[in-house]
Amino acid sequence: MAGVLFCVLSLTFLLLRLAPGGPFARERKLPPAIEQQLLAKYHLDGSLWSQYTAYLNDVVHGDLRLSTKYRDRSVRDLLAQSLPLSALLGGAAFLLATSAGVWLGCVAAIRHGSFTDFCAMLLALALISIPTFITGPLLVLLFSLKLGWLPVGGWQSNFSLILPAITLAGPAIASVARLTRTSLLETLQSHFLRTARAKGLSETRVLYSHALKTALLPVVSYLGPLAANLLTGSIVVESIFNLPGTGSFFVNAILNRDVFLLGGVVLVYCVLLVGMNLLVDLAYSWLDPRIRLED
Amino acid sequence: MKSQITLRPGLLRRLFRRPAAVFSFAVLAAIFLCALLLPQILHTDPHLTSPFPFRAPDAAHPFGTDLNGRDLLARTLQGAQISLLVGCTGALVSLVIGTVVGLVSGYAGRRIDSLLMRLVDVLYAVPRLILIILAGFLIDPWLQKMLATFQDGRWVGSSKIAILVLALGCIEWLTMARIVRGQVLSLKTLPFVQAAQALGQSNFKILFRHLLPNLSGVIVVYLTLTIPAVILDESFLSFLGLGVQAPQASWGTLLSDGAMALNPVLSHWWLLVFPAAAMSLTLLSLNFLGDALRDALAE
Repeated sequence: MAGVLFCVLSLTFLLLRLAPGGPFARERKLPPAIEQQLLAKYHLDGSLWSQYTAYLNDVVHGDLRLSTKYRDRSVRDLLAQSLPLSALLGGAAFLLATSAGVWLGCVAAIRHGSFTDFCAMLLALALISIPTFITGPLLVLLFSLKLGWLPVGGWQSNFSLILPAITLAGPAIASVARLTRTSLLETLQSHFLRTARAKGLSETRVLYSHALKTALLPVVSYLGPLAANLLTGSIVVESIFNLPGTGSFFVNAILNRDVFLLGGVVLVYCVLLVGMNLLVDLAYSWLDPRIRLED
Repeated sequence: MKSQITLRPGLLRRLFRRPAAVFSFAVLAAIFLCALLLPQILHTDPHLTSPFPFRAPDAAHPFGTDLNGRDLLARTLQGAQISLLVGCTGALVSLVIGTVVGLVSGYAGRRIDSLLMRLVDVLYAVPRLILIILAGFLIDPWLQKMLATFQDGRWVGSSKIAILVLALGCIEWLTMARIVRGQVLSLKTLPFVQAAQALGQSNFKILFRHLLPNLSGVIVVYLTLTIPAVILDESFLSFLGLGVQAPQASWGTLLSDGAMALNPVLSHWWLLVFPAAAMSLTLLSLNFLGDALRDALAE
């Protein structure tokens, strides 16, 4: 885990420092003395190696340093301010994606080969194919501008998060639904379900307490990549809906060569993802007693 | 069973027995033809500005005009060219990397295998957008230098697109590598591979002469499914302003302009609807075709 974090952070820092254009490159050139002083203030002078080791040292001691764009504000501040919104958005989308996806997949699998199945899978394919920056504005056009039910963008109340969460969850719902359908279809043919039926359990009971539990295993193992997709998606969705979340900092930090802010955002993302994958592993062995993690 | 997953002669027939596959293939062919031929036939210039900004669709401008009075039809067609170009070449780059990594990993086994697969795991764990952007940074200076010396720097202007293609290709190969590896693992235990080994053929020859042809089916399916993924990622980057740069347009930049022009007072719906329709139709057809191809192979 620490290895992944170290690699990604190093890559981010080195590449952004090697990329053309520094954090203080403006249309109007700064006098060299001032630029030198700025670089010194942000510890960006000296050789690349010394900059890099000093930065890593600071990060290890919990100091994410100052942003070079939003002067005199620490990266920690900026993150603390923007993370609650992004976490709320991501969490809502995560819940929506798993619940709606599993439901849609179940419906399709139970009525396998029917018109309902066809429609559900067509919907899933459409949701995978149509990017969020199309569905987002279209939803705004429909629900905010034409019907006037929900706010257009920005963050006034938590109602503002409804459309972004739906937009963000869209492709994820589709992936979960497709996975659930395939896996449930496979499970429905297995022998232990015949046993369950033979001992007189109702069809509902067979389906929901026996088949679904096994069928959900691949879905659970997909939750890690799902979290990664939602993180990436939230960058775009936050920019569509003008939400002041972490994702907007990510894009701006790259455009502004704001190396420490980018490092902070990337660090948060990686911690979230690695943590998520750990949880998935734990949930997996809990769901299926046959799988035990190696010591 | 497993060895059946190759390009057998009956594949096309089985594929085109499916109405969905025929339909999506026709749509794709139409889109490709439009993107290539329509600009020549209509003599439209995507960069030509006119004094009529935000004009609703009419006879002169079937898709309307944008902020600078440019014809949206011409811009959408140019966007199609660039998006399809980036999608296809990016997918090809990822195909090469993914196949080679998968082949080597599956065939070599042991330490090389676990090393390569750990690398894939790590890359999977990081948000793709971050990786693509970082890969872009890595390639940028190197490519600029190469293009400047190549044919008197004639191609420097399109360096941004080349960077996109390479960066996307360098990141999108993960799934391909995993799938190819899985196939190789089951193929290499089959008698024909052991026979080739017993006859003393080199590993290189076994990999590319004996294993690769048997993988063609899987590779074609995942190539069809990678193209939409690459187009999608390209448009995400362009939407965020990190991809194709103005005045060139891809579907992503057009949609970003369209989303920006949405406001409650004057709705310039055509700026959003036409590029969105073109892009969704393309991606949907590609995904449909890929799924149908996979089913036809498994039949």
